[in-house]
Amino acid sequence: MTAYTAVVTVRLKRGVLDPEAERTQEALERLGFELGDLRSADRFEVDLDADSAEAAADRADEMAERLLANPTIHDYTVEVEEQ
Amino acid sequence: MTVAVIRFGGSNCDRDAVRALEHLGVDAEIAWHEDGLPADPSGVVIPGGFSYGDYLRAGAMAARSPVMTEVREAAAEGTPVLGVCNGAQIGSESGLTPGAFTTNRSARFQCEQVHCRVERADTPFTAAFDEGDVVRLPIAHGEGRFEAEDDRYERLVAEDRVLFRYCDADGTVTDAANPNGSKGGVAGVLGERETVAVLMPHPERAALPDLHGGTDGRGLLRAFA
Repeated sequence: MTAYTAVVTVRLKRGVLDPEAERTQEALERLGFELGDLRSADRFEVDLDADSAEAAADRADEMAERLLANPTIHDYTVEVEEQ
Repeated sequence: MTVAVIRFGGSNCDRDAVRALEHLGVDAEIAWHEDGLPADPSGVVIPGGFSYGDYLRAGAMAARSPVMTEVREAAAEGTPVLGVCNGAQIGSESGLTPGAFTTNRSARFQCEQVHCRVERADTPFTAAFDEGDVVRLPIAHGEGRFEAEDDRYERLVAEDRVLFRYCDADGTVTDAANPNGSKGGVAGVLGERETVAVLMPHPERAALPDLHGGTDGRGLLRAFA
């Protein structure tokens, strides 16, 4: 077994309105920053032991499918690193 | 035969629901989620509130609790199930009903009276109304914007599973009357069967006499009578 960290990034699908990101962008602009667009995402770092990076990714993938993301509005990615 | 009103940590409309149902002569009791559903409930209400502090997403935690497996089984057997506000979020997160409820277009918590048009009158929740009727109900939510993928939404409409749409006082569905940016102005939807419904407005807060906001919510709760 090897110790891995799986990073699950959950973002809204393209085209789904993100009012919090819009307000954040407005606040940055009020602070004087110039920016084109702003998107927010949730990032989960999951430490786990697995036989392989692939097995760790599979487990993190299932976590995203079953809880971390809502497939109606979210896309997600999984990246695995050995600790 | 009793209606089970499920209480999660953070539910806060559970007592209101019991009170409103009892006012209509319907036997109702609170069921703590860890105790599971009582035997053979005559109906299930998933009440509003902020279960588990809306952690991760509103309704996400409660939707994965074991009692929701029992609720899905009861729903599949034809027991009437109604999710209100946080209960609607839990219902959609648990797969009882299609789509998702997410952050309001305003990015604010909104507490106001809205009008909703009855899109189907042949369900237990709307049998007291006619199709096209306008009901006035309160909303109180920060994450009530209905979303569904375009193809999913089209299927939902084709299957006639939209129960309520936000509208103006005359029953016209307009963007101005849509309080939270919901797709198609959807305020409530049906599950696989017409005995399963969720909606963001609060019928239990519009059921008792002498409370501001009228009593249009009674019609929905009569599904349990």
